[in-house]
Amino acid sequence: MVDIYVVPILKIVVLLSAVLLAVTYLTLLERKVIAWVQVRLGPMRVGPQGVLQPIADAVKLLLKEDITPSRADKWVFTLAPIVSMVPALIAFAVIPFGATVSMFGHPVSLYIADVNVGLLYIVSVTSIGVYGIILAGYSSNSKFPLLAGLRASAQLISYEIAVTMMLVSLVVVAGTLSMVGIVNAQLSQGVWYVFLQPVAFVILFIGGLAETNRAPFDLPEAEQELTGGFHTEYSGMRFALFFLAEYANMIVVSAVATTLFLGGWLRPFPNVHVLSFLGFVPGWIWFLLKTFVFIYVFIWIRATLPRYRYDQLMRLGWKVLIPLGIANLVVTAILKVLL
Amino acid sequence: MLTSYVPIFIFIVIAAAFAAFTIVFARLVSAQKPNAIKLEPYECGIEAAGDARDRYSIRYYLIAMLFVIFDVETVFMFPWAVSLGKLAVFGLIEMLLFLFILVVGYFYAWRKGALEWQL
Repeated sequence: MVDIYVVPILKIVVLLSAVLLAVTYLTLLERKVIAWVQVRLGPMRVGPQGVLQPIADAVKLLLKEDITPSRADKWVFTLAPIVSMVPALIAFAVIPFGATVSMFGHPVSLYIADVNVGLLYIVSVTSIGVYGIILAGYSSNSKFPLLAGLRASAQLISYEIAVTMMLVSLVVVAGTLSMVGIVNAQLSQGVWYVFLQPVAFVILFIGGLAETNRAPFDLPEAEQELTGGFHTEYSGMRFALFFLAEYANMIVVSAVATTLFLGGWLRPFPNVHVLSFLGFVPGWIWFLLKTFVFIYVFIWIRATLPRYRYDQLMRLGWKVLIPLGIANLVVTAILKVLL
Repeated sequence: MLTSYVPIFIFIVIAAAFAAFTIVFARLVSAQKPNAIKLEPYECGIEAAGDARDRYSIRYYLIAMLFVIFDVETVFMFPWAVSLGKLAVFGLIEMLLFLFILVVGYFYAWRKGALEWQL
């Protein structure tokens, strides 16, 4: 009883608080990093060096008027941010943050659930987020959100195929769909999969950028042509939920990429005994460090690269990534069977 | 077996409750002063002209249909990928045939111009 209900609920509450805190501070990190890239200071007014800025933003969004446009479908309009937010959060359920650790004398596993179809779970859950975007665009009954919603869903489903194919190649190498199993497979094979599947890694990263609507693929919220994107009509807390969902998705993509390609909680070169002194750093710290590197690269790319045009985006997705994905899968499968 | 999914169901309930709670809570503490002009759909300050749900490009339908085909196909591949080690050469040839048929369809779509965004 305690093991099935109480321990998971405790873990979920801790994880949820950590994720929400990370997401709010991710907004500050992004503003700061982009400011530094552009030789500005970024937020400085709230707290020392602006560290309390996210809290001020949260309070402001909470107290802002929550407008429902008169032409909108009221219920769908309210449902859309929830549909967007929930998948972004529950994707964390199967991500292993570390090996089993001992806490208060009990072994505690640093994941909520280790289901045997973990990777498939992540793929399916993160795809549900598209419904939030398309429902927001449709229910607003306004031109900009509708266009942005269409764009966003077409973009998401286009890159979904290439990304899923890359994951299939990875599963061929690992032989399991369980997230914990994939990390353990990297341990037993003694190599991070980024070295075995470099093409898959690059395509997954590009696809991750596209699926989280990040620059240079941020066409669904291209403010110069679509004002705010699919959340143009949203304000207050419902707008904040979309915002949180986007940043939570960014952390999900980074964490998944870390687990699949950079060995999750494993230290660098897990099978080289000379480096075993690195073992004094707990696994979850390695995991968070690697995830942070990905998140930083996401922000760095946004500060550096200009935006794609829509036809270029579609051409890259359908004519470059999908053929590459099929080729990578065929080569991986042949090598796996012959070697 | 299914007990490993119990935490996920709990998580879904908690996450949905959290999202719904924040919306309701914000509703209670925030100022609400609606007026007719504020509730108009946003069109850069001009009065909204016509209905938003107008006709849109056929390309979106094409992309959606192609997506369904490719996505179903990748779903077929997951169980195959897990057990490829056991299926060995038989599984490999089987999937290469399957992929070949798919690639033929892919090139057909390409040649027909279904993947072009601008004509």
